[in-house]
Amino acid sequence: MQAGIVMFPGTNRERDMALALQRATGRKPAILWHRDTELPAGTDLVVLPGGFSYGDYLRCGAMAAQSPIMRAIHEFAGRGGHVLGVCNGFQMLAEAGLLPGALLRNASLRFLSMDCHMRVERTDTAYTGRFQRGQIFRSTMAHGDGNYFADEATLDRLEGEGLVALRYTTADGQVTEAANLNGSARNIAGILSPNLRVLGLMPHPENQVDPLIDGTDGLPLFESLAEALATA
Amino acid sequence: MKIDTLAPERARQLAAEFGLKPDEYERVLAILGREPSLTELGIFSVMWSEHCSYKSSRVWLRELPTKAPWVIHGPGENAGVIDIGDGLAAVFKMESHNHPSFIEPYQGAATGVGGILRDVFTMGARPIANLNALRFGSPDAPRMKQVIDGVVRGIGGYGNCVGVPTVGGEVNFHPRYNGNPLVNAMTVGIAPRDRIFLSAAAGVGNPVVYVGSKTGRDGIHGATMASTEFSADSEEKRPTVQIGDPFAEKLLIEACMELMATDAIVAIQDMGAAGLTSSSVEMAGKGGVGIELDMERVPQREQGMSAYEMMLSESQERMLMVLRPGAEHIAERIFTKWELDFAVIGRLTETGHIVIRHNGVVEADIPLAPLESEAPLYRRPTAETPKQPVLDPASVADPVGLEAALTTLVACPDLCSRRWIWDQYDSMVGGQTAKRPGAADAAVVRIEDHRRALAMTTDTTPRYCLADPEEGGRQAVAEAWRNLTATGALPLAVTDNMNFGNPEKPEIMGQFAAAVRGMASACTALDFPVVSGNVSLYNETEGRGILPTPAIGGVGVLEDVTQAIGLALPAGTELVLIGDTQGWLGQSLWLREISGREEGAPPPVDLTAERRNGDFVRAQILSGAVRACHDCADGGLLVTVAEMAMASGIGATLLPSPADCPAHAFWFGEDQGRYVLAVADATALIAAAEAAGVPARRLGRSGGEGLVLPDGRSISVASLRAAHEATLPALMEG
Repeated sequence: MQAGIVMFPGTNRERDMALALQRATGRKPAILWHRDTELPAGTDLVVLPGGFSYGDYLRCGAMAAQSPIMRAIHEFAGRGGHVLGVCNGFQMLAEAGLLPGALLRNASLRFLSMDCHMRVERTDTAYTGRFQRGQIFRSTMAHGDGNYFADEATLDRLEGEGLVALRYTTADGQVTEAANLNGSARNIAGILSPNLRVLGLMPHPENQVDPLIDGTDGLPLFESLAEALATA
Repeated sequence: MKIDTLAPERARQLAAEFGLKPDEYERVLAILGREPSLTELGIFSVMWSEHCSYKSSRVWLRELPTKAPWVIHGPGENAGVIDIGDGLAAVFKMESHNHPSFIEPYQGAATGVGGILRDVFTMGARPIANLNALRFGSPDAPRMKQVIDGVVRGIGGYGNCVGVPTVGGEVNFHPRYNGNPLVNAMTVGIAPRDRIFLSAAAGVGNPVVYVGSKTGRDGIHGATMASTEFSADSEEKRPTVQIGDPFAEKLLIEACMELMATDAIVAIQDMGAAGLTSSSVEMAGKGGVGIELDMERVPQREQGMSAYEMMLSESQERMLMVLRPGAEHIAERIFTKWELDFAVIGRLTETGHIVIRHNGVVEADIPLAPLESEAPLYRRPTAETPKQPVLDPASVADPVGLEAALTTLVACPDLCSRRWIWDQYDSMVGGQTAKRPGAADAAVVRIEDHRRALAMTTDTTPRYCLADPEEGGRQAVAEAWRNLTATGALPLAVTDNMNFGNPEKPEIMGQFAAAVRGMASACTALDFPVVSGNVSLYNETEGRGILPTPAIGGVGVLEDVTQAIGLALPAGTELVLIGDTQGWLGQSLWLREISGREEGAPPPVDLTAERRNGDFVRAQILSGAVRACHDCADGGLLVTVAEMAMASGIGATLLPSPADCPAHAFWFGEDQGRYVLAVADATALIAAAEAAGVPARRLGRSGGEGLVLPDGRSISVASLRAAHEATLPALMEG
């Protein structure tokens, strides 16, 4: 799998993401620059990593969504390419219209850096093949604006089409308000595009890939990608 | 070359307004041989401010040990540098932003983080961790909630955005900080040991380059403000507080790292306190060269700024560099790529003077050597703090019993959970945080692509320092050493942040001198030298000073991150206390929170026992015999065990205390040099301790969901945790 991680001014979790991808694929991902106008030939996966692109001084992700490289990413996604957006990257995907809805300020109006648990809602995607359906896994969140919002019709459509990829739960798998730390609609932590190839999520599974640091709960996501997008 | 000097009367009046004492101003006249210009007077007053010159503290700081075979650069550079093996150096420093954080909590704290980050990456090190040491007033004091909230948001807002994990810190509350909260920020970075960048300028004719954000009118005379006491008009000083832009800082880090991989840089320094003035004066001064700057070339945020304003501005996220001749284009390409300002604003000269021109007019021309050598240096009068009597534990009755005291203590502001704070700090970014806040006595961060890890902590106990500044200074260093040791790390060096009141008062200067004496003794005995530091004086409001607060930031190394252990109590282990217990209640939190008394001599630190106990504990951890370890600090032994239990949710059954010590003194005394270890085999550990001449005592056994006290009462760990966790949220959100 050839992955490319996009650096925007203010991106800050690109190293974490690169380590996670390398661990799963054995291969260093390419680092792409926000001013690039095309993706390297042979790119299988584009990753929009976490951070504070453009300082988040406008709405989170809004400036990055207008970057030159986003046009190429739109085309790539349109051709069925895989795009993963994590945290600030999810916000960019929403701002760019590649995923529906918006990420609002956390309900507590505070930045939240803490463990969270998520339930894997489907396993027939390139991102989740190595999980069990309904599996609960631990990750960390670190964001001020992760409160997923969409109108009721959109939420119903997402649910109906099975596009909710990940949902916040308690450690023992209950979908409760207490588990929904940032106040997201219907406990939504991550959503997919209709072709299941674009995934946006707020938590950082890339920080749970190393047994020496914080466990490997997040590793299946990257192993899933490595398996699904392995090139012969 | 004619300079527009001030009229004599006006100059004298302005000098006083800028904080120069009459005899200091006489020195200015002697150095220049004439009246100064406005810009010159500004330069002298900030360079000779307490904040920049350390004029009251320098004579004492010389007593601190600063050398060891692993010290690469001690005090005097932007940050301290130590060899940590594998060809790597750790670069670190702690710095205060106390005065700005009271005036404008969010920006004051945020720019404190930004400033200390720059001190570290200016030396070529990528920052890998931030820590802090915070002191707030009584939680119910006027405006204090707002200050706490603003400071925490400011630290988080800056650190989270630049993508450096905030991994540790400490917080105390005391009414003596009502008018002067303390915000001390620490950054630790990693560099290849042979790629350290220094600030001494070299090479006459070499270009002087300005990079980063534009210069505005913010922060003018911030260093002077930081060198005076507060009064009722502090609100009027808000314009002297700088505004932080962590986004610009992030770009600056990446651009500097990219440029530092080339050979373009001769010298580099961040523009911190006193901005362009201190960076240009110090770089040229250290290099023994002259420097000339053309102010119209300085990137400016506002129109019509004068040379004086530009030289005194403390706008953030700026660096000054001397480049190799011809390397300008390399730097310009990198800084343009990162969308930062870049300007050649001057060059080095052979004159030994700093010459400031603005649109061709000379605004300042000062010889650099006397600006440094003639800087005021005071050995101010000191008065010793009277010793307090040692409190006899038998003379203090226990009014409430162990259970009630424990429940009260784990919920009191100084001991309650700090989760509400650390949940607002990104502690994981970078993917290398092995021990996060609350997991161990020190934070542990692995170095990317290595097995090696650093342990780091910040510590001091101000109430001990007030009662006996020398013992308190010694204890602060010992506690930092102990916290690193409790993770298995080998402590290597410290940075200090000396926060005190008005040094012109003999009792305050006496506190300072005694604290340094105590720190020096511990640093020497523990092979734990001081490699960097910062002094913040005049922490007084309306004439009342803070508790003396010498905050210590300690750094240690683990050869393999898997050797690090935490404090969470596992089930099925035996608990062993290492170290001697007399039941020292003087200045203990039990005495303050349960008996309402703040008195007595603080617990003494026996440095020989400290070293022996700590070296034993570390060796046991590294041998793999220890499952969890927590040092005994604030609150004493029972609080230590409770904290271990609350961290895991697993309880313990405790054995009776010795007959020769009152139970409350045994369980809540704050005797020093002690650790609680959870081990599989207590008999073997105690035998090893006896062989090493280390006191060890069986405490009990872990397991179950309750903490079973020696009197047979059981407290559920869940209820202790609920009380422990409730305090700060109730205070802040209630």
